[in-house]
Order: sequence, then C-alpha cells, then structure tokens
Amino acid sequence: MSNTKKADPAAAAELFILRDQVHEPMHDRFLWATMQRRDAQAAAIPEWEELRELASKIKEHTLTHLDHYLEEFEANATKRGAHIHWAIDAAEHNTIVHSILESHGVKELIKSKSMLQEECQMTPFLQNRGIKVIESDLGERIQQLDGQPPSHIVFPSIHKTRRDVAQLFARKIGTDPNNDDPHFLTEVMRNNARPRFLAAGAGMTGGNFAIAETGTFMVCTNEGNADIGASVPPLHIASIGIEKLVPRVEDMGVFLRLLARSAEGEPLTQYSSHFTGPRKGGELHIVLVDNGRSRRLGMPDFWHSLKCIRCGACMNTCPVYRRSGGLAYGATYSGPIGVILDPTFDEFKYSELPFHSTLCGSCTDVCPVKIDISDQIFKWRRVMAKKGYLPLVKRLAFAAAGRAFGHPEEFRLMEEAGGPALGYAPDFLLYNHSLNPWGRDRQLPQPAKKTFREWYLANRSEHGND
Amino acid sequence: MIFPVSATNGSATQKGLRVGLFIPCYIDMIFPEVGIATLQLLERFGLDVHFPLGQTCCGQPMSNSGDESNAAAAEHLFVENFAPFDYVVGPAGSCVKQVRCHFDAIEQTDDVRHVRQETYELVEFLHDILQVDSFPWAEFQHSVALHNSCSSIRGLGIAKPSEIMGAPFDKSAALLSKVRGLVLVPVDRPDDCCGFGGTFCVTDEAVSARMGLDKVHDHLRHGAEYVVSPDMSCLMHQQGIARRAGLDLKYVHVAQVLNGGPF
Ligand code: SF4
Repeated sequence: MSNTKKADPAAAAELFILRDQVHEPMHDRFLWATMQRRDAQAAAIPEWEELRELASKIKEHTLTHLDHYLEEFEANATKRGAHIHWAIDAAEHNTIVHSILESHGVKELIKSKSMLQEECQMTPFLQNRGIKVIESDLGERIQQLDGQPPSHIVFPSIHKTRRDVAQLFARKIGTDPNNDDPHFLTEVMRNNARPRFLAAGAGMTGGNFAIAETGTFMVCTNEGNADIGASVPPLHIASIGIEKLVPRVEDMGVFLRLLARSAEGEPLTQYSSHFTGPRKGGELHIVLVDNGRSRRLGMPDFWHSLKCIRCGACMNTCPVYRRSGGLAYGATYSGPIGVILDPTFDEFKYSELPFHSTLCGSCTDVCPVKIDISDQIFKWRRVMAKKGYLPLVKRLAFAAAGRAFGHPEEFRLMEEAGGPALGYAPDFLLYNHSLNPWGRDRQLPQPAKKTFREWYLANRSEHGND
Repeated sequence: MIFPVSATNGSATQKGLRVGLFIPCYIDMIFPEVGIATLQLLERFGLDVHFPLGQTCCGQPMSNSGDESNAAAAEHLFVENFAPFDYVVGPAGSCVKQVRCHFDAIEQTDDVRHVRQETYELVEFLHDILQVDSFPWAEFQHSVALHNSCSSIRGLGIAKPSEIMGAPFDKSAALLSKVRGLVLVPVDRPDDCCGFGGTFCVTDEAVSARMGLDKVHDHLRHGAEYVVSPDMSCLMHQQGIARRAGLDLKYVHVAQVLNGGPF
C-alpha cells in the first residue's frame, strides 16, 4: 500500500532516552503525576466504573446506528443555519476547507487544536495555497513554531522542557532565551497571538462531540482559544470526524464527567463550549469527515477504536509512551491509541507500532469508553505477522521456536545440546545468539546446573512415567 | 521424598485431586528451585501433583509476536499433556494468562476448554481454590517489595489494577502477609510495568531497560531487601538490571517464600 519508510518507534525512543538526563525523566514524571490526579478524580466518583460502561454503550449504540445519527445531526444543524459538508477523505476535507476560505477571500486563519486536521495534514495544504495558518493553542503553537507535529493529543508539546520553550521563543520571537518562567512564556505567547485573532479572516476548530438531537457540537479547551477563534473572525469552520456523534444532549452528562478527569485529572476543562448554528452575523461551516472511519467500522477486531474520545489517558498511563515521547511513534496518533489507529491508515508504515508495547493492559483499564486497546494491539501483531511484516530475524527465531515447542523430543535435544539451552528458552532469550541486546543493560541470568526436569526425575522417580 | 501434609490448611475435599504441574521452560532451565518450591508447596496440601514430562512451552513467545501458526503446535501439545488433570497449576502469571486468555490458535475442543478453565497461576490457586490461611513452615525475616506482574494483575486479576475503581485487593500480598517475619514495604508505582514484556525486552531494549531501572530504584528507595513476585520472568529482567547497575537487591519467587525455600 505504501512505499514510505517504516516508522521505527524503538529506535526513536532510544534517542529520546539517551538524549540527556532531563527530557525522558521529566516526561515520565509529569504524565505519571497526571495519572495520579486522574486516579484521585476517578476515585471521588462512586459510580466511575458505571459511567465508563455507560459511555461505552452510548458510543457502541451510536456507531452501530451511525447513518441515522449523522443524518439527524445534518438536518438539525442545517435547521440552525450551519452549512454541512461531507468529506470522504483527507484530500476532500482539505479541498472543501480551502474553497470555503477562498470564496471568502481569507488569507489568514487562526485555528485551535484538532487532531483530525492534523490527520488530514491540512495546515501544509493551506499554506501551500497561500493561506497563513496560526495555531492558537499554546502547546500546538509551540509545536508549530518548532516545525514538529504534536507529540500528545492533549499536551502537544509535553516532551519539551521549559528551557526548550524559552530557547525556541528566543529563536522565533526574539525573547530572552534564559527566562524560562512559565508565566513569562505564556505572556509572550499571548501577546504574540492576540493580534492574529484580530487579523484572521476565519477561525477553525475541531469538535469533541457532535449532538444529533440538536445539531450542536462541543469544543472543550482550557485556554478559551477555540472560543475566541470561533467568535472574533466572521467565519467559523469546524472539522469533525463522523465518529464524534452522540445521540442526545443529556449524553454529555456522561462524557463531560469522564473527559477532563481522564485527560488531565481535573473535574472539567475550563471551557466546554456548545456551538449550535452560526452566531449573529457570522457563518458556520461543519465538515464531517470519514477518512477511513467507515472502513474501520467494518473491521470486526478494530471498530471499537472508533469509540475514542481523545482524552489521552491511555498515553499518560502507558509506561512505554512515557519513556518514548510521542514523536517516537512517527505518526499522527501516538501512545496506545496511536498503535491501534495508525495501522488503519497505513499497515506497512506502522507495522512496528504494535510491537512497541509490553501488553501490560493498563490502557484498557484506564480508557473512559472501555476500548479493548491492549487486545487490539495483540491482534494487530497477528495482522502484521500474517502480512509478513515481521522483521526477518523475528520470523526465523519464532519458526525455530515453534518447531521446538511443538515437538518435545526436539525441545529436549536442544536443551541437552546447549546445556540448558538459553537459545531455546522463550521470549528475549530467543535472541541471545543473534542479537543479544539483552546483555547491554542487563546481566545474563545464569543457567542452572540441573534443570527442574532432572531434579524431578531424580526425586520423584515414582512419577517417572507421567 | 514426600513432605508430610499439613492438616491446618485447605478444604478436605481438595485432597487427592490430581494436579498437573506446569513449569514454564525458563523456570525449568534457569530457576529449577522455583519449580521445586512449587511442587513441594502443593504437596504439603495433600494434592497428587504430577509433572507431565512431555510439556515444553505454552507458545506465548510466538503468540505474542503475532505468529499464530507456530503457536498452534505448542498449544496442542500443552492440552495433550494437561487434559487428564483436575487442575493445572503453574508458578508464572504470564504463561497461565496465555493458556487461559489466548489459547485460540487451535480448535476449541472439550479438552481445550477444560484445560483453559482449570489452569491456575500458583497464587490464585492457593488463595481462591485451596483458600490457604497459614504457612506455618515458612519464615522470612526481611523487608519485601511485592511485584505483581501485569499479566497477573490485569490478565488474571490477582490484585486490583490502580486504574480500575473499587475496593482494593491483592491476593499475593494476602498470602505473603501470613508468612512469619515478612514485612511488605509500600512502593510508589506498584503496578507500573517493569518493562520485561517478553520479546519486547530485546526488540525495545532501551525503553525496557529504562522501565526496569525505574522499577529497581522504586524498590530500593523504600528499603526493600527482597523483591518477591509470582512471575520469575519479570524478576529475571529486574535482577539483570540491578546487577548490571551494581545495586543490592535480591529476587525470589513467591513460591520459595511460601514454601520456606529452596532459595
Ligand atoms: S483510547 Fe480511550 S484512553 Fe485512549 S485517548 Fe481514546 S478514549 Fe482516551
């Protein structure tokens, strides 16, 4: 499907760890602390597990009646004066957005965070056509200034230290590189962004939820940047994935209680804004985007990933993500949710992602909409193996082990031939003869002088013929 | 030599049950003392314990790497070896999880279903099936950090995962607390993965080693002398890291502590 290079998360994560003594520990500690706040918030709600179950059911129901709810949403949003557009893929999304901007003579655009627009690579598309695109979310703006994609779906620049940001601002905005006081840096950003809001001919947002019953969509932020972007310029365009639908307004009582608690360990985001139709004198366009979603809906093992509300909790809890940094995944979505989403866009390119996991299962247990993330990672490994995307050394090692473990005589022979043969012990030990990365940071275990089997035969001879 | 059966434990109805002892290959080859401790401990409760000599491996390394066809042969053989027993008990959470949750590379016959349903990890077998309430023969005068593996916690449910809300429980801790002299020390991240992850620990060596080192430091910071786990594979990884870093921690399996050795 693709002739692009495979993403290599293990190698990229190694660079993140080896970079210095600062970045990886900071990243790990910050996200761990976020998880602890999340745990405390969740524990304070006695019906937390019921909420998760309810949220999961609502999403499952909506996704299995998606055609119905999409049409209901379209009808109601249109009634309230919004223009609805349908985009089958990223290219169509970008073209639609561009033509709306063009017909309004917009040359500069201010946008809030949207993973979907990221997924569609909208910003480079528009910039190439002479439209200036400015991110208004602080973290996204930092990433934009640095020419990097977001490394986390909620905290886009979380892999950077304050010092990194101070130096970046010094390079791009001309501030003091040694002043890394967060208040100062935020103020710098605010002063830099404010005039852009006024200059922009259009504001773009994403949408966290789209409510079929009323044709409303919701945007949740902490900085209020989406609200300014939607209220100051005369034109508001929202990109919304078709999986964002919920049936009723009252469903928000379930999702809003889960979202910010899961995402950042806070009861609610600072702003949970409802947009129903254009504001007075303004114009509102909603682009409903498929981009592979309906195909995913037809994948028996993977359609549950569409329940995702993009809270990022699975990333915060993931021990591998915390040590890797999001950029290591080389994809729009990183962490556990990225591992199960990215291959639906390009199986070959992202074939290593499902192996960048210990299958510890924490993501599945934290997910507010109960996506079986860990099981899906496991199933993606099977897909990658079947398609022949396993690296050759892995394939050979497993084929040898498969033969040995399926035939006791052969297994015994190997045990005897190698002493207790490390080469045919499971897992990591399979690699010792060819690669031996085990030994780089670890002492090798000492094989025992006598196997358990030998001990058993010597000491339980009465059972000798078991 | 058969140990005398202790009369203080276990419901009488369990006595004489035939138990198939499942010793994963790395325990057989590298940690035979864990197999010995498990066998002796089970025999103390009057069970008829056998080690089927045809057993090899549960197929987890292949299965976890997505290689179903090579996993299937191992799964067939496992069922063939263990189908005749009332229970199958293994001192290894991740291997037991493999049998119970992931033995689906083969057709689900009655034998396969029986084996999947009756295969227990040692701690859950002692806690849930035998309902052991004391280990009078065991004494361990040390401070201990408990490491329940991810597969034991989130796969088998031997402790409450920190992410799930509800009343806390920990079957390993409940058993260890009955051992004379043993002091369990609290740690900062009791159920954060240690980075072993099977093949992960070589294919993702840098991340794995960093996770392991963080785990070792968490244990040391809280004054643990020993790390005890129902999963020797995690311990082998942690021990390798601690030794390389020159850090002084000792690693033993929960079976060794509950049986009073061998160490
Ligand atoms: S998969 Fe679940 S935990 Fe992860 S971002 Fe989506 S909703 Fe949140």
